[in-house]
This record gives sequence, C-alpha cells and structure tokens, in this order.
Amino acid sequence: MKVKFEDRPGHIRTPWYIRGKTGWVERIYGDFLNPESLAFGRDGLPKKTLYLVAFYQSDVWEKPQAPKDKVLVDIYEHWLDPAA
Amino acid sequence: MARGHHDIGGLPGASEIDRADHELSDWEILADAVNQALGARGIKRTDEMRRAREEMDSEAYRTMAYYERWIASIETILIEKKILTKDEIDRRLAEFEKEWGEP
Amino acid sequence: MSTANDAHGHEHPKNELSHYAKRIYAIRDLLVEKGIISEKDIQEQIEYQEARSPANGAKLVARAWVDPEFKARFIADPKAACAEMGIDATAINEFVVLENTEKLRHMIVCTLCSCYPRPILGRPPDWYKSFNYRKRSVVDPRSVMREFGLNLSHDVEVRVHDSTADIRYLVLPLRPLGTEGWSEAELAKLVTRDSMIGVMDALPAIRQ
Repeated sequence: MKVKFEDRPGHIRTPWYIRGKTGWVERIYGDFLNPESLAFGRDGLPKKTLYLVAFYQSDVWEKPQAPKDKVLVDIYEHWLDPAA
Repeated sequence: MARGHHDIGGLPGASEIDRADHELSDWEILADAVNQALGARGIKRTDEMRRAREEMDSEAYRTMAYYERWIASIETILIEKKILTKDEIDRRLAEFEKEWGEP
Repeated sequence: MSTANDAHGHEHPKNELSHYAKRIYAIRDLLVEKGIISEKDIQEQIEYQEARSPANGAKLVARAWVDPEFKARFIADPKAACAEMGIDATAINEFVVLENTEKLRHMIVCTLCSCYPRPILGRPPDWYKSFNYRKRSVVDPRSVMREFGLNLSHDVEVRVHDSTADIRYLVLPLRPLGTEGWSEAELAKLVTRDSMIGVMDALPAIRQ
C-alpha cells in the first residue's frame, strides 16, 4: 500500500516521514472512531479501518539501513492507496 | 500548511538520549490526575488534548516541560468547551499567589 | 481553596513553580468548585496510577517464559491473559504483544506524542517522551539500542513500531540464556521496563 503524500490540515495521525512511502499490510486492526474528527469534539463517525502497515527502512530513509529492518505504523484506511 | 511541530519522527538535530528519570513533582502528578479525571468523566478526549498541543505556539511547544504542555492543553480545551474562562483561572491563580507569598 | 488531596510527590514551594505549574492548582480548584470533577475523582486517578508499574509487565513476561501455553494466550489475547493474572488492562483499547526472538527485536515509540501502555507499565520514563527519542527511534533504532547497551548484528531484524493510533504495544523480551529452572519471581527481576519498550534485552542471568 502507498501512503498518501498529502498535507492536510487538522489533527493527523499519519506521520510526515511515512507519507508517500510504499509498504504492505501486516495486520488489519478493525474499525475505530476517526481521531481527525474526535480531536475537534465531533463524534468520530464514520469509523475508519485501521491497518498495521510495514515498510522496509531502506524504502523510507536516505540514511543507510540494515537490510532486514522495518518500521511499522498504524495507519487509517483513508490515508492509504493501493500501491502502483 | 506544513509539518506540525509535534511531527518529529526522523528529523535531524537529535542527540544522545538522557536516560535520567525524575520523580514527578506534586504539580505534575496533579496535572496527570486532572487530565485522567476529565477523561474518565467524558469531559474531553485524548484526541482533543493532542490537537490542542499541536495548535500551540511552536516555540512554546519546544521549550515547555512535558506536563506544562498538558496543563496548557487542558486549559485550552476547557476554555473551548466553555467550562472555564481564562479570566476565572487568572483570578483564582492570583488569589493563590497572594496566599503563597512572594518567591 | 482546598489544598486537600495534594499528591505526595517531590515537594516544591508553590510560589517557586513556573507559571503553568501554578496554573493547574487554579484549574483544579475551579473544576472541583463547579462540580466538573471531584477531589475523589482526582484521588482515584492518583491511586490508579500509583498501582501501575513495570512490575505488572515483568510478571506477565516471566509467566510467559515458563509456561508456553500462557505465552500463546498472552500473544493471542493480551487483555484476557492479563485478567488471568489479576492485572487490569481494561483501559487499553487494543493491546498487542510483540515477541522478540534470536533473529528479531521490536522497539516501540510514539513519534507524534507519547502513547505508551500505561495501564500495564505505569507512566513512561522521561526519555521515552523526549524529542531525541521521538526523532531518532524511527530512523536509527540501532543507535538508540546501542546507547542502552544492546548491539545487534545486521543478521537480526529490528522492527520499530510507531504507536500512532489506539493500539498499545508491549515487547515480550527474549528469555536470557542460563535461566533454566529459575522461578517466576526470579525471572521477573530480569525483565526491565526498558526491555518491554524494546530498547534493550532483558537483564542477563545473574541472580538479582
């Protein structure tokens, strides 16, 4: 999956360093209230599916990385697109 | 728009991790407990607190102590929800300061 | 202007506190006066927090080390496994246990703030909340581990988990060599808070 490379206003829980990067789904955590809405006192609906997305470190950073190493981030569905 | 001041994963300029831990002061324990109590009563959500910290002045975010940031965001959210006003807090603090005397 | 129920932490004369530190006293006073929260609420939270420490996590890990079926349950359904041991993990929305092996180490961070499995481990250490840790752990976890005394070859995979949502992670560290036959209590002493965050392994098999 590819993380959207976007700059949206508001309370975003998709870290900058992972935006635009491509990884794969390790786990599907299920549906949760949307923090982007909860942060402003709204009800957090509709729920969003949360995924554990894994990335090779060497695909994320310019700094050289041990080849097996990974970074894993909990990302909501609306920040993910199928990888090309 | 830009990267938020809280969104710091991978940013340069970090140094050795200071592993010293400090025992919490009274005011920190109180800030922690008030925060949790407000959450338990459904007055505010953690998401709102995080957003308040993200909206803070960036220089303040970088220089304030951890629990000072919590107190600032508790205040922001309580004022936003019209539970307290800044004036009330200022006045009550001034009363306390008179009680506590000069530093 | 009650000062009852002040916590018994490190005492500072209040007139010497910083502006925001002083402010929480005014905020607390007003909230209680207006009936938004009560002194009892505050006291309950203080006590709830005091009861939570890495000792809880260490008990769980030690049990998992000696009892493979418990370990399987702990990994499959951590909250239920906690309940079995009388540890209250109900405040965690979603709890995930990450098992370290000879060839795999996990490290946990919250780069965006300081999310941490508080109901299991208590409050996070200052360093976990620091800008340095939040900046470095995702891009160079091995350098962080080295600072904590853990040197890993490239043969060992390192996975850093950034806790960006409601999932709370706990690392199940590797059981130290040479601990065959040790009791759970002795094993628990080897399980440090930092080993359950993942910046280091459990302590070596020297009876504490």
